[in-house]
Amino acid sequence: MEIFIQLGLSFVATACFGVIFNAPIKAIPWCGIVGALGWTIYSLLSQNGVYEVHASFLGAFVVAIVAHIYARSFRVPMIVFSVSGIIPLVPGGIAYNAMRHIVEVDYLTGMEYGMRAFLISGAIAMGLVFAEVMMQLMFRFMNRGRTSIQSFVKEKKATKLK
Amino acid sequence: MSIYDNELAIDCILLAGRIMMESGAETYRVEDTMLRMAHSQNMENSQSYVTPTGIIFSLGRTQPTRITSISTRVTDLHKIALVNNVSRKLTSHIITLEQAYDELQKIQKTNYFLPILLQVLAASIASSCFIILFNGSWLDVPAVFVAGGVGLYVVTIVHAKTRVKFFSEFLAALVIGIIAFLAVKFEVGQDLDRIIIGGVMPLVPGLLMTNAVRDLMAGHFMAGIGKGVEAFLTAFAIGAGIALVLSF
Repeated sequence: MEIFIQLGLSFVATACFGVIFNAPIKAIPWCGIVGALGWTIYSLLSQNGVYEVHASFLGAFVVAIVAHIYARSFRVPMIVFSVSGIIPLVPGGIAYNAMRHIVEVDYLTGMEYGMRAFLISGAIAMGLVFAEVMMQLMFRFMNRGRTSIQSFVKEKKATKLK
Repeated sequence: MSIYDNELAIDCILLAGRIMMESGAETYRVEDTMLRMAHSQNMENSQSYVTPTGIIFSLGRTQPTRITSISTRVTDLHKIALVNNVSRKLTSHIITLEQAYDELQKIQKTNYFLPILLQVLAASIASSCFIILFNGSWLDVPAVFVAGGVGLYVVTIVHAKTRVKFFSEFLAALVIGIIAFLAVKFEVGQDLDRIIIGGVMPLVPGLLMTNAVRDLMAGHFMAGIGKGVEAFLTAFAIGAGIALVLSF
């Protein structure tokens, strides 16, 4: 039950971010799905004892892969889906705590929280970049396969015509 | 290729790059799009140099070179998608250069943003969802609903009036902090921290942060560092606004 509430809420929240960032109206529900998937993976992993940095990395990785697939099928830039998708993963709460402790002159705890926020945002960025590079390699590989087959067929036809 | 055609091509390609950059596209993608458009018009020696504040584009040795400056940067994914569409059509020769230029000019003039009230409502709903996602209680939802919406409204209005991004974000964070503080004081909400966290979520520079890292990875160090600094300034402005409330 809990997971369905999380799925639904993260879907609505990400779709609302699609509205704020002015995504094309047709793409907004799909933005929501991207965000819901990323958040669900993050929260499932972090509830089961995975360190938050790794969970964020995997969440962002999934966001980027799903965004890439949607971008290919809708023929819009990938940025439309990935930007709102990663918003639930952004460590807003941790960054807030870092600042709050610094304001309260508890610099040591503040630095600790700040370091956590820094690592998590780095992990999100790494997840995005890794997924993008992987997808590009995969698509290049697939395209190469297809073109070689096509050229093969073309050659066959050409020889037949001769 | 006549001089007129060259002038038109350079105008068209620069305009495409400019719209994309002003709407918050990644730098490497802007460069890629511009070069693709140029190659489709048989201009093989073209060079483009894109930074977050300006674009330099040249068609080759004996050809003109042009600069355009970019003063405003907002997040408008719809425009990026539209320009992408035009460049796709131009590179596959479905439309001519004149048609592409007309379409781009239309895109630049049109305001594709949804009504401000709808955006404010979206921010309110998003903030309310986040407070539950971050293990907050349902009792805090009304307060964060107001805080998130008012925050986005303040940032939009003040930015339109003053054109200083840092100041508008600082003011919005301050207002969110005050709303959260009042809500807790008059017992509409309970958890000050979570109300503030939920309220500032719509202001978080998510696009800038991801773009900065992606540009760095693509080798665009100038653009990456520039955008990273912008993201840091935004985060700092939000932090300063909240800190001012917390320090009382």
